[in-house]
Amino acid sequence: MEYTEQVMDHFMNPRNMGDMDDASGVGTVGNAKCGDIMRIYIKVENDVITDVKFKTFGCGAAIATSSKATEIVKGMTLEEAEKVTNKMVMEALGGLPPVKVHCSVLAEEALHAAIQDYRERLAKGEKPRTEEDDEDIKYV
Amino acid sequence: MRVYMDNGATTRVTEPVMAAMQPYFCEIYGNPSSVHGFGREARKAVEAARAQVAKAIGAEPREIYFTGCGTEADNWALRGAAYANIKKGKHIITTNFEHHAILHTCKQLEKEGFEVTYLPVDHDGLITPEQLEAAIRPDTVLVSIMYANNEVGTIEPITELAAAAKAHGVLFHTDAVQAIGHVPIDVKAQGIDMLSMSGHKFHAPKGIGALYVRQGVRLQRLMQGGAQERGQRPGTENLAGIVGIGKAIELATEDVEGRAAKMAAIRDHIIDRIMKEIPHVQLNGHPTRRMCGNINVSFYFVESESILLHLDFKGIAASSGSACTSGSLDPSHVLLAIGVSHEHANGSVRLSLCEENTLEEADYVVDSLVEIVKRLRDMSPLYEDFLKGVETVGTDD
Repeated sequence: MEYTEQVMDHFMNPRNMGDMDDASGVGTVGNAKCGDIMRIYIKVENDVITDVKFKTFGCGAAIATSSKATEIVKGMTLEEAEKVTNKMVMEALGGLPPVKVHCSVLAEEALHAAIQDYRERLAKGEKPRTEEDDEDIKYV
Repeated sequence: MRVYMDNGATTRVTEPVMAAMQPYFCEIYGNPSSVHGFGREARKAVEAARAQVAKAIGAEPREIYFTGCGTEADNWALRGAAYANIKKGKHIITTNFEHHAILHTCKQLEKEGFEVTYLPVDHDGLITPEQLEAAIRPDTVLVSIMYANNEVGTIEPITELAAAAKAHGVLFHTDAVQAIGHVPIDVKAQGIDMLSMSGHKFHAPKGIGALYVRQGVRLQRLMQGGAQERGQRPGTENLAGIVGIGKAIELATEDVEGRAAKMAAIRDHIIDRIMKEIPHVQLNGHPTRRMCGNINVSFYFVESESILLHLDFKGIAASSGSACTSGSLDPSHVLLAIGVSHEHANGSVRLSLCEENTLEEADYVVDSLVEIVKRLRDMSPLYEDFLKGVETVGTDD
C-alpha cells in the first residue's frame, strides 16, 4: 500500500488544522472503534465559508483527506460546498489505495455535518454573526 | 538515522549467513537427489544444515523437515496430524491469539469436518495447563499453542502445556516462529512433538522454514511428488536457503541467553522511557513473561498508522500489530483477544528488536515517538474532548 505524494504532503503538512471558538457550524463523524474520527469547524458569513478548521483521529488517508477537504471548501458558498464529494477530494489527492477509500467518505460526511449543524442553528434562531449584523448593530 | 525495529516482521540476512550461502548458487548447485558428485556435495550441505537445526533445538537430524516457510510448517503440522489421526478423533485445541497460519488452517479444518476449541488467553496473553487439560476430550488428537506471540510477545508455559497434552496422550505442536533465537528451546526436555520455525525471523533468508516432527509421530503429507525429505515433503530442496537457515540458527542459539539479555536491556530502556515520558499509554502483553525483543504499546487518542508514517519519515521501521494484517481494517485479533479495546488497539505500535539494535537507536526512537504522539494528539478530536472532559460523540460507521 502506498500513498501519493499529495496525500503524504497533506499528511505531513496538514492545512487548516486546529479548532475554532466562534464556529458557525461543527460536524463530528466516525468513531474511535472504527479508527477514524473527523471534526470540521466552519465559519460562515453571507452563505460563504470564510474559515474552516479540522481535527482528525485517524490514519494517513483520514488526516490527508480532511486537510484537503478544508482547503477545497474555504471560500466556497454553502451551496457549492454541499456539492463537494469524497470523490472530488480523493481525485485532488491523486487517488487513495482501495482499502482507504472509506476514509474519504468521512471527510465528505464531516463537511456536510458541519453545514447541517450551521443550518440547524440558523433555524433555531441562533443567528450567526455576519457583516450586515455588524452594520445593523452600528445603526441601532 | 535509519533504524530497523520491525524484526518481528522479518530480519536482515547477516553477513556470516550470506557468506555461508554464497557458494550454493553458482558453484555448488547440484540437485541433492542426484547421484553424481554435483548432487552429492549439495546433499552433504543439506544434511549438515539439518544437523545444525536439530542441534539448535535438541532434536535428531532425522526429525527435521525443511519447508518453504513457517506458514507451510504450521499448515503441515495441523493438517498432517489431523488427517493422520482421523480414526482416533477429530478434535483439535488451539488458542484465540495464534498467528493466522494456525487460525486460518483451523478454520479450514472446521469446514472439512473437524472440531476446534479456541482457548481464550488471559489479559496478559497466557494459557494455563489447567485450562488446556479441561478442554481435552477423548477425541482430541492435537494441541497447537504458539511458543511466543508475534504481536505482544507473551511467552507461553510450553513445557507445562506439553506435559498436560502428553498426560492425555494428545500430540503437542508449537509455532515457535518468533521464539527461535530469543528463548532456549529443547524439544526433548520440553516434551514437544512438533515445532514450526521460519528462517527469516532469525537472519536466514525468506523462503525457508522447517518443521520438527518427533520420531514416531505420523503426519499426512501436504503435497504429492518426489522422495525429498524422506518422502514427506516433495520438491527440490532450496539448497542455499537450507544452508542459510542452518548457519543462522547456529548463530542465533549459540549464546541465546546472552543475546536475550542484551535485547531485553534495550527493550526495557524503551518501555521505561515511553512510560515516563508519554502520558496515556499502556503496555500490551505480559509485563515479565515477554519476548526479549518485543515492545507493544497503545498510545491513547492517536491512530497507529499515522504514528508509523511519521516514524517512517524519520527513518524508523516499526509496525502496528502484525504486518500480515496491515491490509485489513480490523484491529488485531491478538490485541482484542487480550482484552484491549478497539480504540486502544487502533493506537498500538509494535517495536521488535534484534540483537543488533543499539541504545542510541532506542533513544532516537523514543525521542521521535514523544514528538510524533504530541503532534498527532494536537490534531486529535478525541484528545481535545478528553482535555475538556467531554465524551466524543461521533457517528456509527
